[in-house]
Amino acid sequence: MKVRITVNGTLTEREIEPRTLLVHYLRDELGLTGTHVGCDTSNCGACTVLLDGDAVKSCTVLAAQADGGAVATVEGLAASGPLAALQEGFWEAHGLQCGFCTPGMLMAATQLLRRNPDPTDAEIRRGLEGNLCRCTGYANIVRAVRLAARKGA
Amino acid sequence: MAAVIGQPLKRREDPRLITGSATYTDDVRLPGMLQAAFVRSPHAPARIRSVDASAARALPGVVGIFTHEDLADFWKAPLPCAWGAYPLLKNPAHWPLAKGVARHVGDPVAIVVADSRAAVHDAIQQVRVDYEPLPAVVDLDAAVAPGSPRVHEDLADNISFTFDHKTDGVDAAFARADHVVRRRLRQQRLVPNAIEPRAVVADYRRADGQLTVWAATQIPHLLKIFSSGLLGLPEQRVRVIAPEVGGGFGSKLQVYPEDIATMAAAIHLGRPVRWTMDRREEFTSTHHGREGVMDVEAAFTRGGEMTAMRVNWLSDMGAYNMLNGPFVPILGFLVLPGPYRNRELEAHIKGVFTNKTPTDAYRGAGRPEATYLLERLMDLAAAELGLDPVDVRRRNLIRHDEIPFTTATGMTYDAGDYHATLDLALKAIDYAGLRREQASRRQAGGKLLGVGFSTYVEACGLAPSRATSSSAYGAHLYESALVRVQQSGAVTVITGSSPHGQGHETTLSQIVADRMGIPVDSVEVLHGDTQNTPIGLGTYGSRSLVVGGQAVVQACTRVQDKMRLIAAHKLECRPEDVAFGDGRLFVQGAPTRGVAFAEIAATANLGSHAGMPEGMEPGLEATAYFSPENFSFPAGTHVCVAEVDPETGRVRIRRYLAVDDVGVVVNPLIAEGQVHGGVVQAIAQALFEDLPYDADGQPLGASLMEYAVPTSMDVPDIESAFFVTPSPSNAIGAKGIGETGTIAGTPAVVNAVIDALAHLGVRDIDMPLTPPRVWRAIREAGTGGSSRPFAESGEGGRSA
Repeated sequence: MKVRITVNGTLTEREIEPRTLLVHYLRDELGLTGTHVGCDTSNCGACTVLLDGDAVKSCTVLAAQADGGAVATVEGLAASGPLAALQEGFWEAHGLQCGFCTPGMLMAATQLLRRNPDPTDAEIRRGLEGNLCRCTGYANIVRAVRLAARKGA
Repeated sequence: MAAVIGQPLKRREDPRLITGSATYTDDVRLPGMLQAAFVRSPHAPARIRSVDASAARALPGVVGIFTHEDLADFWKAPLPCAWGAYPLLKNPAHWPLAKGVARHVGDPVAIVVADSRAAVHDAIQQVRVDYEPLPAVVDLDAAVAPGSPRVHEDLADNISFTFDHKTDGVDAAFARADHVVRRRLRQQRLVPNAIEPRAVVADYRRADGQLTVWAATQIPHLLKIFSSGLLGLPEQRVRVIAPEVGGGFGSKLQVYPEDIATMAAAIHLGRPVRWTMDRREEFTSTHHGREGVMDVEAAFTRGGEMTAMRVNWLSDMGAYNMLNGPFVPILGFLVLPGPYRNRELEAHIKGVFTNKTPTDAYRGAGRPEATYLLERLMDLAAAELGLDPVDVRRRNLIRHDEIPFTTATGMTYDAGDYHATLDLALKAIDYAGLRREQASRRQAGGKLLGVGFSTYVEACGLAPSRATSSSAYGAHLYESALVRVQQSGAVTVITGSSPHGQGHETTLSQIVADRMGIPVDSVEVLHGDTQNTPIGLGTYGSRSLVVGGQAVVQACTRVQDKMRLIAAHKLECRPEDVAFGDGRLFVQGAPTRGVAFAEIAATANLGSHAGMPEGMEPGLEATAYFSPENFSFPAGTHVCVAEVDPETGRVRIRRYLAVDDVGVVVNPLIAEGQVHGGVVQAIAQALFEDLPYDADGQPLGASLMEYAVPTSMDVPDIESAFFVTPSPSNAIGAKGIGETGTIAGTPAVVNAVIDALAHLGVRDIDMPLTPPRVWRAIREAGTGGSSRPFAESGEGGRSA
């Protein structure tokens, strides 16, 4: 089947198998390997992207479901040049170690700050509950999002 | 120039990681690349009667399906156990694909290769394997009982190895004891769950027999060496690249069946093959951590002084000895004395085969088990003797003036002040205030409060080659570095270590910048490619800074010695008078007489011989290897303050404080991050994580749906403080930071929960301390909650 999906502002169009997952569309069809696959049960959140503005786990969305929609991935955060406030925050607060969960964390946090520009630590923790990190213990991720909020993400 | 050691510099590696432009193994794309997947045994032990791949072979896109026999020509040796030299080790052959018998759920039986991810997953479903299930060996006590079925039919029993140690005065000390504490302590089975799934890409060029492998590994050089041996390839024709690696925690310190099988398939087919694990495979095919039972008895005086300890430890190896599986409990044995003065120890360790996924190193590797045992003992002794747990620890902790101190296991603690870290922690948490609050809450009803301590010492910086060879480990454990000053004055450091999140690029840059007196930004650190890195043993055991960092220091020193000669020639002074700083080399005591660092670099690399001393070789680089003389010994005090709801058994950690002496801290931002992550993994073991098996050897809850890796909602902020006594084992003074959290943290949490319930008579709860278990412990102690909030089947899961 044919799908047309706008990814980071650019219209893409591909002939795909109907069962193609959005994450595989991004990684294998478009070569956007910044979005990662960490599990197969939508627990880890490494594959989180924004679909029409909402954070989704792209391993549990069919590319076909995104047909006609707009997807934002980690590659789009700083596409125009300078780092986004959240990227700066993660860098400054040491909100990542191995970096594998980071793209998903950044996209989930992007949604979080859009909905709540000045979250408390508890609200940040709740907002990122669907994204697992095995390295940081989360404290510095919370700090990173707080820093970004202060800078006005 | 401001000091760079001790600065919380932002990491050099982060820009590529926060923009999605880093390359992990699964991101590697090669022309014509095929996808592999594995047919795995759904049974624990089962004889493989036949494999019928005809239906699968007929599917579109399928390129090949191979069993052990199909690739028999490739297997030159079974998978390695680095403990092979140990005379008491029985090491049954472990092949990349099961030969005749599959021994655990998930044991690979066949590799399937197809031209797409979808095709290969379709195909593995269509491979028909005729299995004859065999009796499973699951329980450790049953496994060592006479008459047990055997995991390996050609062995006499299920004992992988035995290890025995006894000091002279143990029996006498028990005979004299005022009090003996006896317990059976259990370590549950943990699944490492690095967020990056394991992955390997193998590319074989038939024209010249070159095999290039990208792998999510902590040990590219060891993987290269073993791959060439196992597949019979010339070592110079194998190149392993560890690109960006997404966490390991020991789980990528391995030579896995899938690695070697994928390489064999790529060679056989002459096309690049990629295998990337599904998360569910993590639960059955990535090595697990920690399962074991420890029967312990400890002799105490009335005043709480420990005078002897006896330990019988059954450590679950799973179905095979993995690379370091048998070493794990031995590493635990080394720190069984802990930070305590008692020198009488009797330990008997048995590695036990079971029909479960093999075990091996998981963050801490043996030392968490030892620390858990000791720190539970301290609290149990306090409870049974009517003493305060802090007082019992004070009574036993080695004093600063007793160091260097040689323990019952032959470790010589060379630096540390254990009482000082305890004092700092007590002051920071207001211990007296917490005890008052605990008492008043017990009066008032409602949520209960507990305080748990863990005073620990760990042996890190793995490892002195003398120690490893005397314990029959099959390898030196040195580390290496090459330091090259380029003609512009930029410095390239090539480390044999192989990071997977630890920030080597930043930390090692700081070390070089500090020693050479140049900006951190002019130093680059390369790693992970066996083709252009000196041989290194990898990143694990809190060794990269302690051992790898010292190799960098030594290589730096050699380069600097040469730079001094050139500078002395130019400045007409003695080389020993030349100092480094502010991007210059200058005469000590006369800083205006100097020459730019970059000028010396240019002279040595591209300049005329006129600027060089007579007869000196051009170039500015040196390679150094460092094999430590001693372990390093991080130590400290962790305190957990926990609230327990007696109605539900739910535990909430109110405060967690880690006071760690990890020696000199090069980058506090990175060091704190290591403490945070380690402590959260410790909390996870204490409260959440467990992979139990049923009697048939089926893992129960083998997915992230059930196995409770903590989320951001499950854990508190961790407070981290550092106390510094420099390690004499290396010039940096570092002791290692990667494992303090998991080694110290688990018993602090368990002690806190049990302390909260102590007045009810609760003394023991097996990990993980899930709400049902805590609730049941309260009920069984004869008081507490009013109804049964959980069905029997409600065991497990996180507390939120």
